[in-house]
Amino acid sequence: MSPSLPSVAYIVASFLFILSLRGLSQPDTARRGNVLGTIGMLIAMAVTALALWGPGAAPNLPSPSTAGVLAAAVAIGSALGALLASRVAMTQMPELVAVLHSFVGAAAVLVGIVTKLRGGPAAETGGIAHELEIAIGVLVGAVTFSGSVVAFLKLRGTVGGRPLLLPGRNLLNLAMLAGAAVLVGVQLATTSHETAVLCLLGVTAIALALGVHLVAAIGGGDMPVVVSMLNSYSGWAAAAAGFMLSNDLLIITGALVGASGAILSYIMCVAMNRSILNVVFGGFGAQAPVAAAVEAGAAGPVHETSVPEVAELLGSAKSVIVVPGFGMAVAQAQHAVREITDALAARGKTVRYAIHPVAGRLPGHMNVLLAEAGVSYEIVKEMDEVNDELGDTDVVLVIGANDIVNPAAQDDPHSPIYGMPVLEVWKAGRVVMLKRSLAAGYAGIDNPLCYRDNTLMLFGDAKQSVTKLLAALQGAA
Amino acid sequence: MSEEKPPKLRAGIPKEIHPGERRVAIVPRMAAKLVKLGFDVLVESGAGTEAAFTDHAYVEAGARIVEGASAVWREADLILKVREPEGSEPEQLKEGARLISFLWPAQNKELIERLARRRATVLAMDAVPRITRAQKLDALSAMANIGGYRAVIEAASLYGRALGGQITAAGTVRPANVFVIGAGVAGLAAIGCAKSLGAIVRAFDTREAVREQVESLGGEFITFHFDERGEGEGGYAKQMSEAYLAAEQELIAGHAKDADIVITTALIPGKPAPKLLTSGAVVSMRTGSVVVDLAAEQGGNCALTERDRTVERYGVTIIGATDLTSRVARQASELYAGTVVNLLEEVVRDGAFAPDLDDEIHRAMIVLQEGKVMWPPPKPEVRAAAPLPVKPPAPPPVPEKPAPSIWARRAGLAALAVALALLGAFAPASLIPHLTVFLLACVVGWHLVWNVTPALHTPLMSVTNAISGIIVIGGMLLTAGPRVDLGTWLAAAAVLVASINIAGGFLVTQRMLKMFRR
Repeated sequence: MSPSLPSVAYIVASFLFILSLRGLSQPDTARRGNVLGTIGMLIAMAVTALALWGPGAAPNLPSPSTAGVLAAAVAIGSALGALLASRVAMTQMPELVAVLHSFVGAAAVLVGIVTKLRGGPAAETGGIAHELEIAIGVLVGAVTFSGSVVAFLKLRGTVGGRPLLLPGRNLLNLAMLAGAAVLVGVQLATTSHETAVLCLLGVTAIALALGVHLVAAIGGGDMPVVVSMLNSYSGWAAAAAGFMLSNDLLIITGALVGASGAILSYIMCVAMNRSILNVVFGGFGAQAPVAAAVEAGAAGPVHETSVPEVAELLGSAKSVIVVPGFGMAVAQAQHAVREITDALAARGKTVRYAIHPVAGRLPGHMNVLLAEAGVSYEIVKEMDEVNDELGDTDVVLVIGANDIVNPAAQDDPHSPIYGMPVLEVWKAGRVVMLKRSLAAGYAGIDNPLCYRDNTLMLFGDAKQSVTKLLAALQGAA
Repeated sequence: MSEEKPPKLRAGIPKEIHPGERRVAIVPRMAAKLVKLGFDVLVESGAGTEAAFTDHAYVEAGARIVEGASAVWREADLILKVREPEGSEPEQLKEGARLISFLWPAQNKELIERLARRRATVLAMDAVPRITRAQKLDALSAMANIGGYRAVIEAASLYGRALGGQITAAGTVRPANVFVIGAGVAGLAAIGCAKSLGAIVRAFDTREAVREQVESLGGEFITFHFDERGEGEGGYAKQMSEAYLAAEQELIAGHAKDADIVITTALIPGKPAPKLLTSGAVVSMRTGSVVVDLAAEQGGNCALTERDRTVERYGVTIIGATDLTSRVARQASELYAGTVVNLLEEVVRDGAFAPDLDDEIHRAMIVLQEGKVMWPPPKPEVRAAAPLPVKPPAPPPVPEKPAPSIWARRAGLAALAVALALLGAFAPASLIPHLTVFLLACVVGWHLVWNVTPALHTPLMSVTNAISGIIVIGGMLLTAGPRVDLGTWLAAAAVLVASINIAGGFLVTQRMLKMFRR
């Protein structure tokens, strides 16, 4: 095989990845984009294998037994991945994405360590630059890995959503980075291969701790940002591996993913009116419980309502907007919600969904759930599109959402979410909030919307409430 | 509740005496409400006849019918009227009695003095402040709404063609062009009515804030650019400079030329109506067109309007009627009575008529208190502080992030320069091409993702995640070796987890995307 062939194939694969991301930007082209990405990946893997073991490969042909190990690894991994992909419920997408990020991180760490094992002391290999590439790759990979694992546990609810705030946490982060830097220095200076490998393992351990600490300090409400940030990290980890191995395909692909993840995180931050540093260094929502406790007492009465009342309200409304939140995902209520909106649309009412950019635990989470339930994406509107229309809407159904419809973000300069753009549902004629209780949202902040005069509260599990509501509506039809 | 009830308040509803006035201040349904509120209700015989409410209906509602206006004025503690008192009416008011009606205190100084001599307490229905809480008292808006509707009906009846377009066997009917000047309540009602009759509606207003309201009714909003804001205190338009007026007239003339029906509704509180439709503009209009001047009472928006008359000038019919609401007397009376009763529900406490001077609404409406002149009320401070009282309150300013200081930016650039210099000095030559590729790929990635619709964020993330599984290539390269050793196994582990990523990422994305449908 010609030595240029792999390089050309890598160019093709890079190009396909770019087209894939481009395709993913619009619903009409998204599926094609995904297929292109898959083809790119298959080409890259096939050509790599061919170059290693194919006809006319390198003179020191790698042993066939390693080829067997490799084939087994690919087969097992792919089978596991396929199984995961077919089993996962759409409501668990955030967890799946988080855990997949951790795999990329783990792979980057392993690649870095093996590269180091195979090499010699710094003086004998590619020099300082190469050693630095390895150290950075391992560091980023390990942070991605442990951070993603913590994010996964938080999203599953195994670990609480509240931020873990150690005293002097920023100093602690700095200290860990400094420690890692010292170890890297030793690794560069030493002539002993064993010491160098040990140093690298030390760097790995510190980076793992750093990843845990970084993500543990971030509050549950910021999860969408965290997930997209880890997405970005996983890209940088791949790019670092590319530098280590002098492989342009890895560099290009890693940079693409890293940049896109960074932009996604940035978009999320803008949606919450927070700076990226504020999210990354965590601590958000820490003072909120105190504020909530104070406010809750003074907030006044709520207007509780019943299913028949809401059904009647919906029956007499001309336009209805549904605002879904994480509560809808938890209760798996999206199908029942769609049936309600279908029933309302069949009666000639204008029905739309309004999605806040950070609703749910993953960017675009609500859109995926509504798509799963079969809601046409054309009636699913974004915050900016819908905020002006809320004033002309008769009824807004808020299903398991809280912080994203909190008027305190506009009225209360002391609120931790002050300044965050929110869906201005209170402008509508009536707001019906489906909620389990008066408890605060994930950000731990009391919601004055509950106490507004035009807000009706329908307490109970979202799924049950929605199912009863559907029955009431169908009974009335 | 006190044990000895105060004597029942006696509310009197005289027949309106203004020529052509057909409305009545209280309709039977509202009379029943007054009775329930604890009033003794006196209605002059025939008070509701012109608005199609019989004496009998009032009696059924629990009111008492008395013959002659003087009996009502003599006996009632509280007179409820539509129009301000005129002729000998003020002197007939019982000493110390109350009056609720339209009053226009700015234009009727003499009337106020006469009422003051009667030691009267007077609330003006035209002085309801424009705040959300006061909407149910807003008689002016209720009347303006009806006036706007009727303006279209009057124009349609005098306009010799249909308003809606049609294609018939006998020929094609072109829809009429209706041009509404001033998009207040009356203007908006006119837009809605004309639109529903099938006309093409354009509307002009100096206040950009009403654009949405015009568009929501299906009208086309005509934008006017001039460097002066038209939004005055309390949501009403304010008076403009000469140059402004000239520019406005020119714009209006341009649109009037193409219009079949022009409805003008521009009023400035306490001032004569602005002359927006010049005689030149009327001359340029098509023969057979109709102008309805809803501002005729305040002098008219059209230069050729004659108050209370319908005239033809240069082939254009100009309606200057001031009794348009009265021509929908029944509806107008019902709505007016509604606002009056809503007001009484607020100011009558425990059977006593007691406006609360601390209440923003009562304070704004009260003109006389036991003969003492209370008008004009002190300027509403809150409003004055907010120069743009657009209907929805402006969102509070989002705290701006402080822009990074110029020094921070310079420091960043300097650091970058140093880093690049170090790179140039020490980096091995083999690193540079990779770095080039890396930076270019970052730029491409940066541009690729900006226009992703938020709906696709999750699929995008899972696809990028699958793509970052490209690290599998690294694992593969390292797995391959002359023999199977620890490194092989570790690298194989990397390949394994990366493969999970690739298969899982692409497949789950495919699964998700299948669900997105139009």
